[in-house]
Amino acid sequence: MGFDTAYEAIAEDTGDQRWAFGTGFADPLAGVDTTVPDGVPAADLAAYCLMLGDDALIMSHRLQEWLARAPELEEETALANIALDLLGQARLLLSRAGRADGTGRDEDAYAFGRAGHEFRNVTLAEATDADFGGLTARLLVFSTWRLALLTRLRSSRDPVLAAVAAQGVREITYHRDYAAQWLLRLAGGTDHSRARIAAGLAAVTPLTAELFEISDPERALGPAVAPDPAGLRAEVGTVLAAVLEQAGLAWPDAPGRPDMAGRRGRDGVHTEAMGQLVAELQEVARALPGATW
Amino acid sequence: MSPARTTATPGAGPLALARARDIAESVPDPELPMLTLSDLGILRGVTAEGQRIVVALTPTYSGCPALHEMRGDVARRLAAAGFADAEIRTVLSPAWSSDWITAAGRRKLAAAGIAPPGPAPRRPAGGPVPLTLTAGRPGLRCPACGSRDTTLTAAFSATACKDLYRCQTCAEPFEHVKEI
Repeated sequence: MGFDTAYEAIAEDTGDQRWAFGTGFADPLAGVDTTVPDGVPAADLAAYCLMLGDDALIMSHRLQEWLARAPELEEETALANIALDLLGQARLLLSRAGRADGTGRDEDAYAFGRAGHEFRNVTLAEATDADFGGLTARLLVFSTWRLALLTRLRSSRDPVLAAVAAQGVREITYHRDYAAQWLLRLAGGTDHSRARIAAGLAAVTPLTAELFEISDPERALGPAVAPDPAGLRAEVGTVLAAVLEQAGLAWPDAPGRPDMAGRRGRDGVHTEAMGQLVAELQEVARALPGATW
Repeated sequence: MSPARTTATPGAGPLALARARDIAESVPDPELPMLTLSDLGILRGVTAEGQRIVVALTPTYSGCPALHEMRGDVARRLAAAGFADAEIRTVLSPAWSSDWITAAGRRKLAAAGIAPPGPAPRRPAGGPVPLTLTAGRPGLRCPACGSRDTTLTAAFSATACKDLYRCQTCAEPFEHVKEI
């Protein structure tokens, strides 16, 4: 039997020709008990899930932009896999948000139905990468920080967050190793590759301060549900310092972002790059409302 | 599984439940079709709630796109056997580990030219990053010729659960199921 496309062959039994892309997939939390634990404020829990889900969704989208642009096929596959892991984490967290806030919104409603200022990701996730060195530096910082966060979140009082974190820790550990290996290679390669990774580190440094600042949902939930990000600073600093020392690179001194007036991605204040990202992410969903593909 | 529940209704009595379990256990993985869901260790339970069969599945990775297909495959095969309203539940905790791949599953992987995983790493989460450039897992056995002179060529592969190696003895490239 012949098929016109691989998707038809996969969907032979089902008539459902979507495969790992598009909208309208089965609820990733089907059958999972999503009762909000006693004493946990549901609206804040939803806002917190949204923050962590948006970090993963937006970072995943930026990684997907590298497809067909990576320096080698193997690295393209790696970046696609990392993007897929993060997208999976995002789906679980956005779905959790919709259950907790009582609106019943699904993952698609959050991903494709919000304006840019309604996203709550840190600006590190939305930043564009000048080159592969820039991506490597950003991925190392993002993975190191998210791993430190999810490691603590595994003992959250919310069992759904704890379960998502436990799975995520294993995935992000692998992402962090990947980025660290590339940083060491680039730093130990040619003068050119070394200059690129140094420039990448300089570009991400101004975006790191907000990673450790507590947000309103975290304050409201308390550390038993949502670890205080200030407590991640020491671990993240130690891990990054060890990699940079091995690479013979210094952590660049860079000022914070002067244009933000103390507001951050967690407050819905984003960089110019975010508008373009959201427009691309939502283009089909907005052109064909309610369509599945 | 509660015996009282499973014997109360003829629709999902012990024999029917055993049949449903056989069906669910034999569903092939959509991306590693030489393995069943049982071999892969993602089938976490088949129980009866009244007349309804409940199948519990755990995703291998958060973003594993195959879970969607697995759910549909299990439901369709059960429906074809007369279990029309089977419910497929996702179980997130504890997270799947490659240690859950059965001995039979490991043999089937090797026979298909895919190196099975070794024991999952026990290093503490959030611990230090490996600071030496690695060539993969030392001594990984080539599924084609059995040589242990093999080297990592890519840390990721066509599916989330595998990476790529090459055998230095027979020059054959092969996939390896990652340890997580």
